[in-house]
Amino acid sequence: MGFFHAALVIMMKDLRAELRTKEAINASFAFALVILLLFSFAFDPEADTTKALSGGLLWIVFAFAGTLVLNRSFARELPNDCLDALVAAPISGAALFLGKALANFVLVMAMELVSLPVFGIFYNVHWANQLGELLMVLALGTWALTVIGTIFSALTVNIRLREVMLPMLTYPILVPALMAAMQLTMQLVSGNAIGPETVTWLKMLIGFDVAYTAVSLFLVETVLVG
Amino acid sequence: MNAVAVEGVWKFYGDYPALRDVQLQAEAGSSLALIGRNGAGKTTLLRAIAGFSSPGKGKILIMGKEPRDTDTRRLVGFIGHGISVYDELSAFENLALFGRLYGLPDPRAAAMHWLERTGLERVHDGLVREFSRGMRQRLAVARAFLHNPSVLLLDEPFTALDDRAIAVLQTLLRDARAEGKTIIMSTHQLREALELSSHVALLSRGQVAFHGPCTAEMIADPGLVYARYGEG
Repeated sequence: MGFFHAALVIMMKDLRAELRTKEAINASFAFALVILLLFSFAFDPEADTTKALSGGLLWIVFAFAGTLVLNRSFARELPNDCLDALVAAPISGAALFLGKALANFVLVMAMELVSLPVFGIFYNVHWANQLGELLMVLALGTWALTVIGTIFSALTVNIRLREVMLPMLTYPILVPALMAAMQLTMQLVSGNAIGPETVTWLKMLIGFDVAYTAVSLFLVETVLVG
Repeated sequence: MNAVAVEGVWKFYGDYPALRDVQLQAEAGSSLALIGRNGAGKTTLLRAIAGFSSPGKGKILIMGKEPRDTDTRRLVGFIGHGISVYDELSAFENLALFGRLYGLPDPRAAAMHWLERTGLERVHDGLVREFSRGMRQRLAVARAFLHNPSVLLLDEPFTALDDRAIAVLQTLLRDARAEGKTIIMSTHQLREALELSSHVALLSRGQVAFHGPCTAEMIADPGLVYARYGEG
């Protein structure tokens, strides 16, 4: 079986399982909406400073709510020892990782796309002015989140306190990607396109994605089998 | 030719050696009963042979290749302590999923074939979470046999099976032996295992205390190996 076909099979399996149980996605949606609602009471939606903070606020919500999806990624394999069956199958650990990362990406992106209009209403932000570039930044930032989250989900799957350990390990490594995504999102929701002064953040985000995807694909076999 | 060769394998959990210089061979077409008290290292050894963990020292070869080799994994079927099927998928979806992962030419046909052989065809679209324990165990057996493996690694396969699942598994194992497949099975159900085995190995504190052919004397008195070579 080809590498990408195996990854696709794993992705479809994870999405089908999640859509049947809705364990992670419901929790993630609810968490994102509640946090956006609560913060909207803390800030005056007319103030310019609120709009300036909104990119950062949005990514904090995405990172926290996304962790709820990522926590389930490999934990889903624990009941019935399903991870053994996947590790025993003649597919590479990298294909298994990629399939899971793609499924997580779809689920986290879905949560983000539902949250965006809510964010626009509560914070009085015209987020769709630079829609194409905003979606690109969302995709790049979400891929960073899912790659790091998925590899650490594999690493912490057999730890009893994995729900605590995953964010503790994930967020420090994500800082550069989150900084870049926040800066770019702030620029875009303010109605400005990515220009020469912000393109460095975009390059940094792309570089982060490429580097950590390559490292994760390389290391995942060791993480799974030791 | 050895289907499985374990050569001087050590496995450590922290500083504790769960396996100590284990030497074991299983010829192609043979059936090896791996027996021993709880904590003797049976599961650790089977998991290392299956490629789920790397030995600290030593070498394991399946058909002359490393267990983690992709081609080797196609040859191995494993039943562990868990059933290794997804509760939120149907029986058919589970088997079709693993059929795809093993690269079977027609995963759906293979899934239906094994559902029929394990008596689950009438509940093929039922979610596994709605199955009884016996049905779940039969599905686990179907998953392990699905890709027609030539080496079967079974970790206490008769434990917690109902009568029907035991009958299904015994029939499949007899057929597997007749087809020349290699079977390594850890078990506490000595009589059932020895009746199906050509060889027996006794593990004691991570070491092989006995390894040899399974005799009529052993089948008549399943406790004999423990009495002669075990810790009493």
